[in-house]
This record gives sequence, C-alpha cells and structure tokens, in this order.
Amino acid sequence: MKTTLFFALVGLACLPGCATVNPVRVHPWQRAALADPIMDPNRDPLGKQMSEHVSFSREAASGGGGVGGSGCGCN
Amino acid sequence: MSPPHNHLRLSLGLALLAVLTPWAAAQVKPGDLFPKLAGVGLLGKLPETEGRVVLVDFWASWCAPCHASFPAYGRLQAKFSPRGLVILAVSVDESEGDYEAFVRKLAPSFSVVRDATQRLAAGVDVPGMPTSYLVDRNGRVRSVHEGFHSGVTEAELDREIEALLAEK
Repeated sequence: MKTTLFFALVGLACLPGCATVNPVRVHPWQRAALADPIMDPNRDPLGKQMSEHVSFSREAASGGGGVGGSGCGCN
Repeated sequence: MSPPHNHLRLSLGLALLAVLTPWAAAQVKPGDLFPKLAGVGLLGKLPETEGRVVLVDFWASWCAPCHASFPAYGRLQAKFSPRGLVILAVSVDESEGDYEAFVRKLAPSFSVVRDATQRLAAGVDVPGMPTSYLVDRNGRVRSVHEGFHSGVTEAELDREIEALLAEK
C-alpha cells in the first residue's frame, strides 16, 4: 500500500513536466545564433527561385513557403 | 532499510518541489516589483534609480527593432530626463564585440549596461526582444512593452512617462 502510494506520488511529481506546452524553449534573449542571417532560408534569391520551381514542377504546388526573416522572433 | 514513512516524506517533498518549480521564474508583470539591478553581474555603470521613474529596456545587437528603438529612447531621454526619468538599456549580448559595435554606432545618450550572464533577463523572464519595463518611483512595474513598433510604442511611452512623472 505504502509502496503504491510512494510511486503514485513520484508519478505525480513528474506531471508538471508534461504540462509545459514547450518544454525545450529557446528564450528570447538566447536567440543570437537564430537571428544570424545565415539562418534565413531565403538568403539566396536565385536558390529560392530554383527550389520553388522544382517544388512546383514535382508537387504541382506553389506558395506557402513560410515567412521572411531569420529566427530571432523579434517584435 | 528505511521506514516506510520516510518514503512518504520524500515523495511528498518531491511532489511539492514539482508543483512549485514552474512558478520559480515567474514573468515580471505590471504591479510586480522590478528586481534589484545591483548584484546580478551587469557590466557597466548603473545610474542612480532610487525614487526615480525608470525605463528599463532589454535589447540585443542582433535584434532589428532594437536599432529602431534607440533613437526613440534618445528623444524620450532628452524630453524627460530633466524631470527625473532614467533610461537604462540592458543588452543581453553574449558577444562583447557585437555589443560595443552597436553602442559605438548608435551612441546612446542614456545609460547602457550588458547582462553578459543573462541573469537579469532570465530573472525577469523577458517575453520578447526588445521589451521595456516602465518602473515607478517605488520600484513597481507600471507597464510592459513587448517589441518596438515605430511611432506607436514611443507615443505610448511618452504618455505613460508623463503620467508617472506627475505622480508624487
């Protein structure tokens, strides 16, 4: 009985970890590397146009490529 | 072998710790006391803030809106510092070179320090870059501005600072 209660309480202790929506979160002040222009997938306009052309040809789909800018998430 | 009630005490302690942990670094919100600036390892000269209205801004050299915010803070500094406003811009840059290049380029007229260990930013749990906290004469946060939106944020701060300076 006591052992069951012990494990039940230890299990309960672990629950708040599951409650966090985003457990591995890069905080706003830690995003220096993400803000680097090298992290912008659209930094090469010609390469972007090429990959969009390939995507359109193969998938018969265009657009929906995401938003501009790198990953600092500012503003 | 330890008695069963020791197991119970341990598990109750763990449960209590787990329940309290998510609140350990609560985000600073309007109405909260702003954390003490001294003793958190800020690099640079801290201005005298006791009994003053203070605008604390968290910024970084890699944050584009922060570039736009500095001239606006310069204008607020010029307008309100004779009446007692203190503006403190806290950089969260880990790179000293990037920090110094930014400060050299924008040459702010207000106080700038660097939170190299990011202890203050983590303690305040800054929600985004940049974020500014307007703190009243009693050290209590009166408003939080997340992000910097040209024209809008400056006008809001202007109005709020005016009202806070009018309070005795």
